[in-house]
Amino acid sequence: MKTTEVKGFIDELLKAYPDKARKNRASHIAVKETAPETGGETAEPSCSTCAIKSNVKSIPGVMTARGCAYAGSKGVVWGPIRDMVHLSHGPVGCGYYSWSTRRNLAQGKPGVDNFVPFQFTSDYQEKDIVYGGAQKLEDICREIKVLFPEAKGISVQSECPIGLIGDDIEASARLMQKELALPVIPVRCEGFRGVSQSLGHHIANDAVRDHVLGKGKLPDPGPYDVAIIGDYNIGGDAWASRKIIEELGLRVVAMWSGDGQIETMKLTHMVKLNLIHCYRSMNYIARHMEEEYNIPWMEYNFFGPTKIEASIRAIAARFDKTIQDNAEKVIAKYRPAMDAVLAKYKSRLDGRKVMLYVGGLRPRHVIGAYEDLGMDIIGTGYEFGHADDYQRTFPQVKEGTVIYDDVTEYEMEEMVKKLRPDLVASGIKEKYVFQKMGFPFRQMHSWDYSGPYHGYDGFPIFARDMDMAVNSPTWKLVKAPWA
Amino acid sequence: MRQVAIYGKGGIGKSTTTQNLVAGLAEAGKKILIVGCDPKADSTRLMLHAKAQTTVMDLARERGGVEELELSDVLLTGYRGVKCTESGGPEPGVGCAGRGVITAINFLEENGAYTPDLDFVFYDVLGDVVCGGFAMPMREKKAQEIYIVTSGEMMAMYAANNICKGIVKYAVSGGIRLGGLICNSRKVDKEFELIQALADKLGTKMIHFVPRDNVVQRAELKRMTVIEYEPEANQADEYRTLARKISENKNMVIPTPLTMEELEELLITYGFMDAEEEAAARA
Repeated sequence: MKTTEVKGFIDELLKAYPDKARKNRASHIAVKETAPETGGETAEPSCSTCAIKSNVKSIPGVMTARGCAYAGSKGVVWGPIRDMVHLSHGPVGCGYYSWSTRRNLAQGKPGVDNFVPFQFTSDYQEKDIVYGGAQKLEDICREIKVLFPEAKGISVQSECPIGLIGDDIEASARLMQKELALPVIPVRCEGFRGVSQSLGHHIANDAVRDHVLGKGKLPDPGPYDVAIIGDYNIGGDAWASRKIIEELGLRVVAMWSGDGQIETMKLTHMVKLNLIHCYRSMNYIARHMEEEYNIPWMEYNFFGPTKIEASIRAIAARFDKTIQDNAEKVIAKYRPAMDAVLAKYKSRLDGRKVMLYVGGLRPRHVIGAYEDLGMDIIGTGYEFGHADDYQRTFPQVKEGTVIYDDVTEYEMEEMVKKLRPDLVASGIKEKYVFQKMGFPFRQMHSWDYSGPYHGYDGFPIFARDMDMAVNSPTWKLVKAPWA
Repeated sequence: MRQVAIYGKGGIGKSTTTQNLVAGLAEAGKKILIVGCDPKADSTRLMLHAKAQTTVMDLARERGGVEELELSDVLLTGYRGVKCTESGGPEPGVGCAGRGVITAINFLEENGAYTPDLDFVFYDVLGDVVCGGFAMPMREKKAQEIYIVTSGEMMAMYAANNICKGIVKYAVSGGIRLGGLICNSRKVDKEFELIQALADKLGTKMIHFVPRDNVVQRAELKRMTVIEYEPEANQADEYRTLARKISENKNMVIPTPLTMEELEELLITYGFMDAEEEAAARA
């Protein structure tokens, strides 16, 4: 479809809204018009045509896929840290329904030095709301210390009622930290704060900054020390990424926060370079370390061989010749395996159209992996992106690609019907809608219980999964009763 | 059964006025339940001659939840058979007292505290209507009539006007009405005229002007109403009159709250502002 046609169709689609909603939503949807700009992955890209409104309140009633600040803090940033107990502080629901939903894998023995598979809640009752829950919180901290003596810290993830009744969790945390000789970290991530989970990421970063960062000392700092920031180890992603970085000859001091440990996060202020995977959720702490400790940071992308190779070279360029030589060796070592993957799948996927709608970084980061397989991205968008995410996205897509922010259920459905992608790649809330419409679908939050998709380990799995979705014979058997 | 809520600025004398007028109604043979909606739990002490009774929320906290309570644990009988209960709640600065009021009233309803033989239920509600919980007696057709205790002091009138705004909100959904203003005199200049004029502007009546009398304080110290402590006192008759007027009151309205400017204008009209300015000039 031509760019003008796409634009005409978007205008038509928006006519279904009342005037005010139409104007609002029109500012959140754009069609890429200029040729892709060049520019490194690492530079802050400039973009004159990527004016799209983002990070503002959703319109009530349109079925947004967004989450809340608690989801951003507990679910994304803090939850994957494996050697800590993360307490969902408030009534039981928020904790229960965010239990094991993100597939952030972690090493260690569950209940001993890995608490990721667990769910801790303070289970607020009427009496805790009416009288305040300070005593209950303190009792829980003491119980944790007795039941899980190896836990290296406790984070208190506030649910909405904590903020509403004004419980002083900071005071309780200070008291318990002293009494138990254990970091007890209050996080004010009440769900009603902000317009999406994005503010929860920021709040969580601030809590890490205030209570974790700089609290330890690396005994043997070296020239090749780096940290992986913002990889949540979905299906083992961070392990696949770490493997590459270590093969380059770098030392990964800390992982934030997939398979992460508070003990190593404390040392991160002593690394030489921060490698940022998910910019959206952890750029805050990277910028802080840059300002406070003079540690540079760079974004990288380990989805698909093209981006992996470019990122490897960009990372190596920050170090000496040893690392740069290693980079070429690593690239050469894995290229045959990558070529084999392409040989197997590219002909099966070439020219197939993909529509994406995901969260923090995938709406732009996975584009290269699809393109390696010959697939075309015809639409992409973020649930909770900001202007800087869209600035980074427009240069990655081709002319005529639709970019949508906080897309509504109606818009997404209509766009899929009209643009007829061969694959819709989004989340659990979208999955069954589009599968029932007869469109192949992959979940791009959880990797549909598969993964990893990062790195050289991940790409063969990614290619296999996309082929499995797009070319499954199932779709030929789907026949609507009215057809 | 008439359900009546008493609102007004903190410290204006709601609990004292409520219990004294309830004593007047009880003396006249009425069957009454008092529901204290204030964490201080001082809405029933003059009836029970006790410092503070065990409250619904305090006992629920001790036992783990309201499910563990019996009505008899928290519903006591005081002066002339008046039934007394207190919602209770946290000390100032923690938790959510408003939620306590909601939980306590729901408990009382579900457990049959509102028996058909009652002539009146009185809700004695904390200070200003600071949040949804304290509006509970107005909501869901609980109280049908509201009386506001005020005095001629500006902040008391300001609070009375604010409470009227709350009444307007729930008049439509809950069907509640304003029964009148009770002036608990602070001996402010032209107080009678001022409150009468305020009532007029609000579209209601000053149902009674209760003069200031130290016998009220003496009775309070003995944890008694004036009617019980000194039945012959002039003040006892004032409360009996208030009780009779409320009992006979048919004038239920949706109030018409004033703007801040109108309220200030009223004060100027009745010389209050002038007196203040004079005082300021003298100082």
